[in-house]
Amino acid sequence: MKDIDAIAALQDPVRRRLYEYVAAQGREVGRNEAAEAAGVARTLAAHHLDRLTEAGLLVSGSRRLTGRTGPGAGRPAKVYTRAPAERSVSLPARDYRTAAELLAEAAEEAGLDAGLCAAARRRGEALRGGAPPVGGLDEAREVLAGRGYEPHEEDAGDGAARTVRMRNCPFHAVAERFPPLVCGMNLALLEGLLGADGPVRTRMDARPGECCVVVEASKNKDD
Amino acid sequence: MTEAARDAHLAQLNVATLRYPLDDPRIAPFVEMLDPVNAAADGAPGFVWRLVGDGSGDATGLRPAGDDVIVNLTVWESQEALWDFTYRSGHLEVMRGRRDWFARHVEAHLVLWWVPAGHIPTVAEALDRLAHLRTHGPSPRAFTFASAHTPAEAAAHEAAPQVAAGGTPAP
Repeated sequence: MKDIDAIAALQDPVRRRLYEYVAAQGREVGRNEAAEAAGVARTLAAHHLDRLTEAGLLVSGSRRLTGRTGPGAGRPAKVYTRAPAERSVSLPARDYRTAAELLAEAAEEAGLDAGLCAAARRRGEALRGGAPPVGGLDEAREVLAGRGYEPHEEDAGDGAARTVRMRNCPFHAVAERFPPLVCGMNLALLEGLLGADGPVRTRMDARPGECCVVVEASKNKDD
Repeated sequence: MTEAARDAHLAQLNVATLRYPLDDPRIAPFVEMLDPVNAAADGAPGFVWRLVGDGSGDATGLRPAGDDVIVNLTVWESQEALWDFTYRSGHLEVMRGRRDWFARHVEAHLVLWWVPAGHIPTVAEALDRLAHLRTHGPSPRAFTFASAHTPAEAAAHEAAPQVAAGGTPAP
């Protein structure tokens, strides 16, 4: 399916709510749960979830939601997660991704990491628009959500400091090809965006499948 | 999956030319990360083996590629496992600081190749693969993340008669 058709599939408000709910969970979601979250009947949710799967926006699988196995565990339920593929539409056709990849390749070859990070930090500060550094993790989440990072608070267990992680890397395709360069750029951008001298700090803590940056409360300066 | 794919592991060599001696304070942040990052590698999914010097926890004391060149030689179960460790773990932070600590390499500084599972590559073998990549560009015999080849392609490549001009004979 063409990108433009896939995106058109999101025009329906119920379908859009279902897509956004599933995408935000970062795990497999069953039909009942999605229906409840979107405030619609299970059969309607199932219909729309399958349409979203046909459009390539979600991928479906089946799993026993009870966690039990063997006889009596019940029939496997259909579950959905966000499809990893990227969709974009520009009218008329523009190809910024190729431009980004070529610029990154040239910057990588020339070793321009420091210059790129300085530019990214300035851009982050400009996006903050002269406002003071964000006042806390909740405000940081709002700012990050507004820029498409899909932040969520990590439950690191009892007593652990609050940490905000991000499910989406807005620079994913280029970051996969030039990780140190582009992830360093992203970190610098976020430092500028959230402010380096305020109550929250950003640092790199890469793990598979997520943005490589985490946001947490600043500790003492000598930490 | 073919026999070759199931029984193949991915070997990796990268070389880095130090801008300063390892006891120089300007390179201390790198040296401080060595132990934790190596420990993370040892526990990473798909990790098989890494080169360490005698009586050492790492390979920075070995200088087979030049007095100021440190080498990192490892074996992994799959390319995905190596990629995730290299770029989606604490190792990324080492990569991010590379311009501060290492000279920029104009030639290739990382090479990947398939080895039979259980085979521990020698340093000489690894340097030979890097030389092959530098001379001939990426091929199933010596490749990079950006131009990867499968174990089956490597097996077919090794079985085929080597191209005469400058081709390094298969081991």
